[in-house]
Amino acid sequence: MSIDTRPTAAVPAPRVPAAAPGDARARRRRERRFLHRDKWWGYALIAPAGLGLAVFYLWPVVETLYYSFNDWGAFGGTTWTGLSNYRTLVTDPEFWHSLGNTAIYTVLVLLGIPLSMLLAVLLNLKGMRGTGVYRTLYFLPVVTMPAAVAVVWRWLYNGDVGIINQALSVVGVHGTYWVSDPATVHFAVAVVGVWMTVGYNMILLLAGLQSIPQDYYEAASLDGAGRVRQFFSVTLPLLSPTVFFTTVLSVIQSLQVFDLVYLILGANTGAGITNPAYTDGETVVMLFFQKAFYDNQRGYGAAIVCALFVLILALTAVQFRLQKRWVHYG
Amino acid sequence: MRRRTLLTAAATTALAAGCGGPSASSSSSKSGRGRLTYGVWDVYQMDAMRRAAREFEKTRPGVSVDVQLTPNGTYWTKLRTACTSGSAPDVFWMNGPNFGLYADAGQLLPLETSGANAVLDPDDYPADLVSLYRWNGTQYGAPKDFDTVALWFNKELFDRAGVDHPDASWTWQDLIVNAQRLTDRKRGTYGLAAPVWAQEYYYDSIAQAGGWVISKDRKHSGYSDPRTREGLRLWVDMIHRYKASPTLQQLTDTDATQMFQSGKVAMVQDASYNAATFYADPELRAKVDVAPLAKGRRRATIIHGLANVVYARTAQPELARDFVRFMSGRRASLIQGKYGTAIPARNGTQQTWADAMPRFDLKVHLDAVGYSVPYPISTNTAAWSHQELRWLARAWSGDESLTDATRSLTKAMDKLLAQEGKGGAR
Repeated sequence: MSIDTRPTAAVPAPRVPAAAPGDARARRRRERRFLHRDKWWGYALIAPAGLGLAVFYLWPVVETLYYSFNDWGAFGGTTWTGLSNYRTLVTDPEFWHSLGNTAIYTVLVLLGIPLSMLLAVLLNLKGMRGTGVYRTLYFLPVVTMPAAVAVVWRWLYNGDVGIINQALSVVGVHGTYWVSDPATVHFAVAVVGVWMTVGYNMILLLAGLQSIPQDYYEAASLDGAGRVRQFFSVTLPLLSPTVFFTTVLSVIQSLQVFDLVYLILGANTGAGITNPAYTDGETVVMLFFQKAFYDNQRGYGAAIVCALFVLILALTAVQFRLQKRWVHYG
Repeated sequence: MRRRTLLTAAATTALAAGCGGPSASSSSSKSGRGRLTYGVWDVYQMDAMRRAAREFEKTRPGVSVDVQLTPNGTYWTKLRTACTSGSAPDVFWMNGPNFGLYADAGQLLPLETSGANAVLDPDDYPADLVSLYRWNGTQYGAPKDFDTVALWFNKELFDRAGVDHPDASWTWQDLIVNAQRLTDRKRGTYGLAAPVWAQEYYYDSIAQAGGWVISKDRKHSGYSDPRTREGLRLWVDMIHRYKASPTLQQLTDTDATQMFQSGKVAMVQDASYNAATFYADPELRAKVDVAPLAKGRRRATIIHGLANVVYARTAQPELARDFVRFMSGRRASLIQGKYGTAIPARNGTQQTWADAMPRFDLKVHLDAVGYSVPYPISTNTAAWSHQELRWLARAWSGDESLTDATRSLTKAMDKLLAQEGKGGAR
């Protein structure tokens, strides 16, 4: 995003019809000098934040990119290996598998957006009682630590003593080992992912809903549109910028998912890698973590995250391109 | 190496109460000031380590030791970073799987084993432990403690099923037959838990079958050897053929030690460092005991232990060596033994550990040293042990035949070992 610093955009220069040309030139000079000074002030004010960004984000990004072209040993010794890490990457079945898992997770979590919208619409209905309570309840998982969430869900999903299977057994269904069965692990993990993000998306969408002027609905009902028609013809188009925003954020966050899946699979307990569903649950960032910090192949780890970075960049660019077809501003 | 996950701190406090006062003997106290840092990862050993460090301070006026705890989960990541930037602790704990990496990269200071400046006398420790910390003929670590593996069993479940308690005469056949007899489908209890654990399960059974994990020159994987496969097959069969163990899925959802503690399995192979956990629970203390591992073609248990090592870039190499000499020495070992959390490596002090938990037949773990096999390592052990877990889990779960899984594992491991030869891990 670029910030427009030209004066005309922010403050249109006032037209003064009757003024001598010399006066105008002098004023423009003064204005320029002032703006010149002003610009430096601006830079000085954003310097602390910018410096932090440069030191803690931009520089590591550059370094990681550099290391992805190196063999980087456990104690910092590097040797330039060119594209070798990337060649390994494209032929590594584990990488493609983890990418597939991450893609499935991302798609499943995106399905949570319609759900968030439904909740937002319900909470926005006139005459709904206790909306404050529900808003808080749905938002609670967002402010809970992923580690705590994962540990609790792991217990809920436990095949032998988990509450989910106990509930199922009441109705005569024999539940599976949800997070150690390759057939269910994607689904089980995504449910938690949706559960954790639904509140956040809901709050954003709710804000979007509340910013739609009532006049549109009045006009629509005068024209004879019912509630459903109103939703699809008025609410949805006007909400589309918010939906777009939540979608972009969801995709970025889902592609980077790590701690939640890592802990649900039990990787922190040492039972993780031997989990029969591990290869079907492993995300790209988990693979990076394994390679870089356990297997001491840090150059290769850097290549994995660089590939992910490019992928996220590309996907987001595509989304911005596509938004012209469905997002309505104003 | 499996991490200790479910332990209760109660163990240490209970046992510490029985710890005697410091012995009166004092080694030759040298003068000199200094501050040493000592890096450790086990919270349950903190009391013993602090206590021993205080004793060292008494012998060296003006010297203070700061025992720094970093939880196991982040210990190695942090230590690697600290070594890279030159800020690692002066003395720190080392384990087998990580040793090769540090020794090979020159991160550790050699320790003299003879002469006036000797830090340790190799004869004072079990030979496999001393050799575990020797790299290309140079000693880099002084053994601190060790653990052997034994068969822990639930007496209550044995008595209920009318099965005689296991003893030294048990062979694999006895293990299989009795595990089946102890399995009770209606109650949902199993004879034995067979998780994919290296130190406690498949490294032991591989050695018992006469197989091998890694060649002596550390260049080749042993996973295509039929005897190695035989050692692995015991556990796969225990799950799929004899149905006497919970499945890998069950063991993923609930940890094997946890299942044993809650009486869901009658037997579990566990390392000596879990003894204190079992002992800390009064109910469990009365219910469980320990026997030697069942014999295959031969009797074998894996021995592994930690060592005290000195950081190569320490500012005080002499003081650090003195501290290692003390911590792996007799007095510190006795303190360690009394706390019961780990068997001290120093010969002649190990009985204190067994005495701290008199209701268990812990002699089994001590006698195991007589038929122990060293823990297999190379320069970058972590890389291939990850492959082991990954491929063996596929055989354990039944997704792949043991032959196919070990074939893939051999290939992956050989490739990583070849990379080591080129110095890739440094």
